[in-house]
Amino acid sequence: MAEPGLKPNTYRSGPDETGHFGMFGGRFVAETLMPNILELEAAYKAAKEDPEFHAELASLATHYAGRPSPLYYAERLTEHLREAAPAGRGAKVYFKRDELNHTGSHKINNCLGQILLARKMGKSRIIAETGAGQHGVASATVAARFGLPCTVYMGKTDTERQKPNVFRMRLLGAEVKPVTAGAGTLKDAMNEALRDWVTNVEDTYYIIGTAAGPHPYPELVRDFQSVIGREAKEQLQEMEGRLPDALVACLGGGSNAIGLFHPFLDDESVKIYGVEAGGHGLEVENGHAASLNGGRPGVLHGNRTYLLQDGDGQILEGHSISAGLDYPGIGPEHAFLKDSGRVTYVSATDREALDAFQLCTRLEGIIPALEPAHALAEVIKLAPRMDRDQIIVMNMCGRGDKDIFAVAGHLGMDI
Amino acid sequence: MSADASSGRIARRFAAVRNELRPALVTFVTAGDPDLATSEKILAALPGAGADIIELGMPFSDPMADGPAIQAAGLRALKAGQTLRKTLAMVRRFREIDADTPIVLMGYYNPIYQYGSEKFVADACDAGVDGLIVVDLPPEEDEELCIPALKGGLNFIRLATPTTDDRRLPKVLQNTSGFVYYVSINGITGSAAPDSTRVAEAVDRIKAHTELPVAVGFGVRTREQAGAIGRTADGVVVGSAIVQAVAASLDEDGKATQNTVSAVTALVGELAEGVRLSRQMAAE
Ligand SMILES: Cc1ncc(COP(=O)(O)O)c(C=O)c1O
Repeated sequence: MAEPGLKPNTYRSGPDETGHFGMFGGRFVAETLMPNILELEAAYKAAKEDPEFHAELASLATHYAGRPSPLYYAERLTEHLREAAPAGRGAKVYFKRDELNHTGSHKINNCLGQILLARKMGKSRIIAETGAGQHGVASATVAARFGLPCTVYMGKTDTERQKPNVFRMRLLGAEVKPVTAGAGTLKDAMNEALRDWVTNVEDTYYIIGTAAGPHPYPELVRDFQSVIGREAKEQLQEMEGRLPDALVACLGGGSNAIGLFHPFLDDESVKIYGVEAGGHGLEVENGHAASLNGGRPGVLHGNRTYLLQDGDGQILEGHSISAGLDYPGIGPEHAFLKDSGRVTYVSATDREALDAFQLCTRLEGIIPALEPAHALAEVIKLAPRMDRDQIIVMNMCGRGDKDIFAVAGHLGMDI
Repeated sequence: MSADASSGRIARRFAAVRNELRPALVTFVTAGDPDLATSEKILAALPGAGADIIELGMPFSDPMADGPAIQAAGLRALKAGQTLRKTLAMVRRFREIDADTPIVLMGYYNPIYQYGSEKFVADACDAGVDGLIVVDLPPEEDEELCIPALKGGLNFIRLATPTTDDRRLPKVLQNTSGFVYYVSINGITGSAAPDSTRVAEAVDRIKAHTELPVAVGFGVRTREQAGAIGRTADGVVVGSAIVQAVAASLDEDGKATQNTVSAVTALVGELAEGVRLSRQMAAE
């Protein structure tokens, strides 16, 4: 870790050989999984050096997922925010449109990379955990595309609030296993996926859906998602001839956020904001999913990171209106970026996300997923504080089709 | 490794059962299941029922390597208010009535990390704990707890599994002490019963790398299975079957009944017969 007050040369050197980002990360898994984790690490190292792997991934990204995703100037939102802003204020807002990807979110970027790894490693079965169902759908999609059987673990509560995605996964040929343990949400699904993996370690590849879990997952998921930030940097250069002044992304486990942030970490002029799920508010005990703002370091799901937990080290469930954000942990690289001060982590409540969801829909004709609606809630606060000639890039990491039933419920409408 | 750990209760107990020409019966119960008072009675009754070594589970909200039975036991304990502090206090009180039966605390790292590794090692030693099994601490993370535990005089018992091949075994065994816990199948606790021939091969394979006793667990639930596994293993570990006996004894509200303690001691008694018959069966 950098000494307090002393800036490291780069924020992009992690993880180290043992999978740590400063004090965070690591490989806290049962012995049964260790040989597999080491095998995955070796396979990923080899893939990184393999031009064929990169070429195949790039081709799939272009022709199957639809990359590059557009960088879009949200003009009406920008104008709307300027109306209420002090004179001379109101930054220009751009959306990185990863909601336009095949399957409707950024999750496909990671799944394409990991399915190629699975195939390289000779694995014949895919498992995944999912919260909102977007990662489950993306996993089921790549499994179908590569002809591998796929089992998706999903908390029972989440199967109910994300019904359309459950049906999509089944159509894609995946088996969806509802998990009733705990509160039946994302962390419970991850526990169950890990239990499956321990049991079927020989033939099974576990596609973790976010930049968390034991090393090397946080690194490889970040690398597969970094295409978001690389494209955004290039696109903005072309459109505006410069770097953005601020980046904003929502945080569940942190994969879309680290994907946008990572290519900019060493560009000092770029302020970076990660938005956690504030649920009912940070002051409500167990009423939010803001691990960085409301948790403390601990060890869960293979890595050391900030966790929502009680005094005895028991993990809390957390709450968010968004099934993709109510995870009690956070990817270890974000924990490192928080402690090093490079990224500012804030939160948005359920209410703020719902308001942002509706505003964006009406002004831009884009129905965002509830997850990026949290990022949007921060943009709404941030843009009026910035100058008019400044630029914000927000990751529109998913579309809201999956959320319309839940949102209708919250708005008291019957559809 | 400190002199304490290698000459402590665990080593003495394995030596004693070896003299009796039989394997040790290692019993797992979850601390605080179904409530603290009943759990203390169960703990106190285990040695008399035939348990040679006791594994005491430290409940955790997210037991990733456990099956439904041990998950449920942990949840019952947490619901009844169990904490790591209370688990250590249980061991301390047990030591007032039993100075010899080894106690191994088994669980996951986060509650220990929150307690503070150094403080935990000191308090565990002080309470009379003999060893630790921490499922999510592989050798790659030895600095976290294993090294401090060994320095403090606790045994650090590691799991070896069917995926732990000959290349990896030395790494797993390096800082292991007390005994090696061979998990006989890839899977979670409470899975299918192991095949005793394959277990025998695995025990031989591990013994080629270490002098430590090898205890075998995962899936053992009956006297016969305990006997069969005990033919080659130095110890037989039974967990899920015991916590299921606890579960089956509870009333509709999940509260302990008059039968709870005796349900456990009856099963442990049968298993103890199994390990005593195992070498006779082998000789026949
Ligand atoms: C659209 C969308 N955004 C964000 C997330 C949160 O995950 P992460 O923080 O890894 O991007 C999810 C998770 O399901 C999602 O579906």
